[in-house]
Order: sequence, then structure tokens, then C-alpha cells
Amino acid sequence: MSHAWEQTSNKNVILTSLEKLVAWGRKHSLWPYAFATSCCASEFAATQAADFDLARFGIEMAHFSPKQADLLLVLGTVTCKQAPILKQIYDQMPEPKWVISVGACASSGGAYRNYSTVQGIDGLIPVDIYVPGCPPRPEAILEAVVQLQNKIEADGFARDRGESTGERLSLLEAESYHGKVIATTKREAARKHTDGVKRQLL
Amino acid sequence: MSQAVLGELQRNFPEAVIDTHEHCGDETIILRPEGLIPMTTFLRERLGFDMLLDICGNDHPDKEQRFEAIYHFLRTGHSASRTRKWKRIRLKIPVGENEHIPSLCEQYKSANWLERETWDLFGIPFEGHPDLRRLLTHWKFEGHPLRKDYDKEKRQHLDESAPNDWFRVRAGVLEKGGETILANIGPAHPLTKGMFRMVTELDGEFIRDADLEIGYLHRGMEKEAEAHTWGMVLPYAERLNDHSAQINTSAYALAVEKLAGIEVPERAQWLRMFMAEMSRIMDHCLCLGNTLADMGAMTNFWYFFKIREACSNILDNFTGARLTGNCDRIGGFAWDVYDGFEEDAKELAPIIADYLGDAEELILTNRIFLDRSIGVGCITRKDAISYGLTGPVARAAGVQYDVRKIMPYHLYDQVDFEIVVGVRGDVHERVMVRLEEIRQSLRIMEQILVYLRKTRGTPILADVRDITLPTKRKAYTSMEAMIRHYNVVTCGERIPDGEAYGYVEGANGELGFYLVSDGAGHPQRCHVRSPSLANLQAFVSMVRGSQLADAVATFGSLNIVSGELDR
Repeated sequence: MSHAWEQTSNKNVILTSLEKLVAWGRKHSLWPYAFATSCCASEFAATQAADFDLARFGIEMAHFSPKQADLLLVLGTVTCKQAPILKQIYDQMPEPKWVISVGACASSGGAYRNYSTVQGIDGLIPVDIYVPGCPPRPEAILEAVVQLQNKIEADGFARDRGESTGERLSLLEAESYHGKVIATTKREAARKHTDGVKRQLL
Repeated sequence: MSQAVLGELQRNFPEAVIDTHEHCGDETIILRPEGLIPMTTFLRERLGFDMLLDICGNDHPDKEQRFEAIYHFLRTGHSASRTRKWKRIRLKIPVGENEHIPSLCEQYKSANWLERETWDLFGIPFEGHPDLRRLLTHWKFEGHPLRKDYDKEKRQHLDESAPNDWFRVRAGVLEKGGETILANIGPAHPLTKGMFRMVTELDGEFIRDADLEIGYLHRGMEKEAEAHTWGMVLPYAERLNDHSAQINTSAYALAVEKLAGIEVPERAQWLRMFMAEMSRIMDHCLCLGNTLADMGAMTNFWYFFKIREACSNILDNFTGARLTGNCDRIGGFAWDVYDGFEEDAKELAPIIADYLGDAEELILTNRIFLDRSIGVGCITRKDAISYGLTGPVARAAGVQYDVRKIMPYHLYDQVDFEIVVGVRGDVHERVMVRLEEIRQSLRIMEQILVYLRKTRGTPILADVRDITLPTKRKAYTSMEAMIRHYNVVTCGERIPDGEAYGYVEGANGELGFYLVSDGAGHPQRCHVRSPSLANLQAFVSMVRGSQLADAVATFGSLNIVSGELDR
């Protein structure tokens, strides 16, 4: 994807389209609503903490208000009792909004297949990115955020025009992971992640 | 000596008692429903059993009286009894369909929610209960899910949440004039963190009364446990209190080993204790970080999370996962230490002490913290015992109960440490108790490292034919071991018939597993005695009359973990 500033004629003028500019702004300033229910919330808190620092991706302003959020992060198991609440929160969020389903429980019910657990939130609300794991490592959550940023950039104004935004991107299907072995140790994951981020910024 | 209590009860209640027995170290009395109130009065007033730890139900469809209500009592050292010796006892009441059991709400404050849960999951009606509503399943749920004839996958979807008048608070009129308002708080609210919903009757900022709805994370763990083999329940147990995951698995494994009579090798016990203490530190750090952040002190959150990261790194290198490692097995531990474990573990203490010191410095003499925590959310020792509180919340109120010291399990009687007890029972004491407990846990971990060095090379998994797994090397090379592996994993562990209650000191208090085996490869009943449930039940009494902001501080200091609360 070529970036706006590659089309400059001189250093002080950037030629771009409104779509690309708005997409750039949206993807770098996602305001999250952390719908935290269970264990994944602890890993999300670790992702926000100093070692992984979610804030450097722009996901900083966590006001606990759906009306001031555009990214809904569902962290943990959603039970039948919690389902109407999730729907209400999603409905209250203004457009454009995106959903990341973090963890196995939110994506598919996880290890719980019984009378009280919703088998995946995509039956309730549309999901953009699924993050597998129980719980996913903070690196995986960061990768999901980066994939979502790619998706936002690719979508542009499609949502505002009312167009469908195509296939839901699964973390494991996303381009950058094709053919790669998923890291096995934390050090390796950190190194791969840094390499991946470097490649996307350049 | 141990038969003394059982004998005394049998003598005093000859018609009510059906049977008594002792199994796996637990004393049980089986009695008729009409004998419950007289016996519990006797237990409480004469024998000093002042804490009702747990009530649960069980279902034996093949028996004539298919249901059972099981009560676990504890005599604390604070009771006004002759002996003041800590002791446990179990009562079981068999009932048929729709037969009532008298409610214990008047005698023990902890009975309220426990009876509601048993009614919700089994349908055993408790006569005289002031408020018999569902606790864990939703308000439109039909049926009783833990009955054996309820299909595990029969989901009942919910379209809308319970209306405000499902709760037991009503807006009222004030004496000074004016009215109170009903405010709904949660479950999607920074205070509640998704785990409960509170409808409060507010007089301005002051809470006159409140009613809670929990069960927002009721994931049916106990029903899942009945459908999985004994070893496969470990990951479910682990995700109960996700802040301190390794304590949960060691508690469950301990309970199974108690039931089966397995002796765990010494090195495995040291490893379990090391992981448990590290998990305790992680849990306290998360609790303190959250509590202080809720009060506005954000910096401590980062410092406490650095401590968590240091512990997570060790867990990661040990088990491959940062949070839920599942390193316990029935009969021992899964893996031995990795190369470099000792260096990492030795580095842990100074790192933790460093960040802990930084975090403490910010709050110990901070005027805002002291104003927001001293005298806030108080509970007396008597109330704490009546509500069944255990753990740091109870110790802050002056209850000198730490399972590791009073009824030592694993090898806690071989390490030196102190239990931390407070006086006032308010938020400040709870924070201080947890801070000091982190230091005591570090002290224990240092001593364990010495023992780990001494026991290097010794086995970490017991060798019991139909229960524990063979080592991987044997399973891949020997036919008998492969068959044994297949039997244990696929057909389930052959745990002998019986029941046992295994308990440990979780980060929030006494975490217990009541297990019943009928010889099948999976539990007939697996009930979790949840410390968070007891703690949250006392919440309304702690905040009645105080301001909403105080409720925020109080709730944080209770460290309610939703996985453990709702199971």
C-alpha cells in the first residue's frame, strides 16, 4: 500500500485523497471500549501496561463509555446473561465501529460448551478480527490491532458508503502470517513482531 | 478425639441423625431435614461452629431421595466454645423432589446466597428463605441446570436483562423530605468490571440500600467438570481465579489426591508451593493495581504490572503460557524446572521488592489514599465470620485464619512465614494486608528455592497405576505405559468411590473443591467453594450508608474475581 507522502511534489505539500487521509486518522486513534469479562482481560491489562504498551498504537483513551468509543474489544467469555448487555453496548457505539473478539471464548465459546455460554459473539454482533488463544499473548493482541489498522486502511470509506467490508479477517489467515511459523518463546515473538511492524511502516 | 463431635451429635439428636462416617479425613453427618435447625443451633452455640463455609447440592437420580444438600461448617479459633480448636464438619441432608429444607439465613449470614445458588442449580427449595431467586442463571431461565437430567448443551438465550423491579430495592421517602432514587450500576461499568449488576437506592451520594445480581460469568464449570475426565477438569479449575491461576489447579489436584489417597512426591509439592506463592503475588498485585487505579492512583498500576510481568516471564519459560500454564497434574507436577530457572527465580525477589517499594512509597503517607481508605467499607470480625469471609478481607478484620498456617497442606509447615492480620477491617487494612502478604510470599519462595535445590533429580509425579500418567519417555517406548496413558486420558482416572473436600489458601481466601466420585472416570460432582462469593455477599453491608465513591474503593479492595464468583 503506498502512503500519502510518497506522492509529494516537494516536502511541504502532500497530495492524497480524503479517503486515505480519514482512514489514516481513524486507524491511528482507535478509542477502545474494553468489554472485559474474564481471563483475557488480565492479558489485555498487561498489554496496556509498560512492557507492551498498547498506547503507542493510538489505543489510549479508554473512556468507559460506548458513545465515546469506536473499537469494541470483547475480552473473555460472553454468557447468555451477558449477551443482551453486549448487544446494547455495541448498538450504542456510533459509526464507524470495529470489533475485535479477543480469545477463544469470545470467538467460539472456547472450552465452555454448555447451557450458559454463547458460542462465539459473531452470532450477536459483527466481528472484524478474531484473536485465538486462551488467553492470547499480548503480542497476539497487538498483532490483531495492527491487522485491524490494515483493514481500516483498506476499507477506506466503504463502511460509510454502506458497502459490506468483505471477509472477516482471521488472525491466522492474515497476509503477514502466511507460511510463517508462529513464535514459540516470548523473545522470539517480540523479535518477529518488531520485524513485522517495521515492514509495515516502511 | 475426632469422633468426639460426631458422637456428641449422635447422642443429642438420635432421631434426626441417619448416619455418620469419616472418610478421607472428613467427618460427615447425614441427617433429616427437620433436624437441621436444632443441630445447627447446637453446633453454633454449644460446639462453636461459627462459620458456614459452603452449601451445595447433589443429584443422584437413581436414589429414592434424589437430591442432597451438603453443608460445610468450620469452627474458628474465635468462637466462644470450650475448645477453640479449629475444626471442620460436613452435614448432608437427602431430600426428594420438592421436599423442603429449612433455611439457615437467620443463623449464618453466608447462607443467603449459598441457598439461592443451590435452589437455582438443583431446585431444592429452602423454607423460610427471605428471597429465593436465581443467583447464577438468568432471570428467565427455566429448569435447574446441574440436575443430571438437564442436557448440558440446552442453551436458553436471553433477550433483555432483568428489569429494576426484579431486584429487592425500592425507591423510598426520606424522613428529612424528598425521595431516594434507584440507580442501576453495571454490569458494563468501570466499577463492576462486567461481573455484577447493582441496583442502589441513593440518597444523593449516599447508598441507603443495594441489591446485587451476579452470574454474568456463570460458565457452567461444574457441569463441564461432570462431562470431562478428572485430569481434564484442571484447565477449567485454572480459569476460575484467572489472576492467580496456579493456586486453583493445585487446589483441585489436592482435592483429587485426598479423595484417591495419593501421596504426592516432595519435589512436586515444593514446585506447587512455589507456583502458588508466585500466583498469590500476581493476584495481589493486580488487585492492588486495580483498587488504587479506581481511587485515582494510576502510577501504582504500572508498577504492580511490572511485578506481574516478572512473574509471568517465569511462568512463560516454565509452562509456555504467561497466565494459564496448567502445570499441575493429578499426582504431582507436569514438568521439572527449566535450565535457568534458578537464576530467574533469584532475580525475582529484588525486582519485586524494588517495584513494591516504589508503589508503597506513593501511598503509605498519601493524604488522599488515607482519607479514602481508613474507616471505609468496614466490617467487624463477628460479621466477617458470619458471612464466611476468608482470606485477606477476613484477616484485615481480625480473623486469624490462613489455611497455610492453621491447617497446613503440602509442606507449608516446613517453611517460616507469618500471617498478616489487621484490626479495623476497612479498605486501608486490606491494602496493607495484601502488601505485606506479597513480602511474606517472597520469603516463602526464597526458602522453597533451597528445598528445590536439595530435591533435584527426585520424581515429580506419583506413580499410581490407574490414576497418574506415565512419563512421556515410557509412554512412547513401552506398550504397557502406552496402554496406561490411553486408559487414563480416554477412559478417565479410576478414582475410588467417595467424597472429599480439599481446600487451600487461595489469594482471596479458602478455595475448596468438594468432589464426589462414583467410580466412573469423571467426577460425579465437582463443586467449588468460592471465596469471592462469600466476599461479595458482605459487600452491601459494608457500603450501606457510605458514599458511592467509598463503594468503589471497597469493591476494589475485596478483589472479587468473576471467574471464581460465578464459576
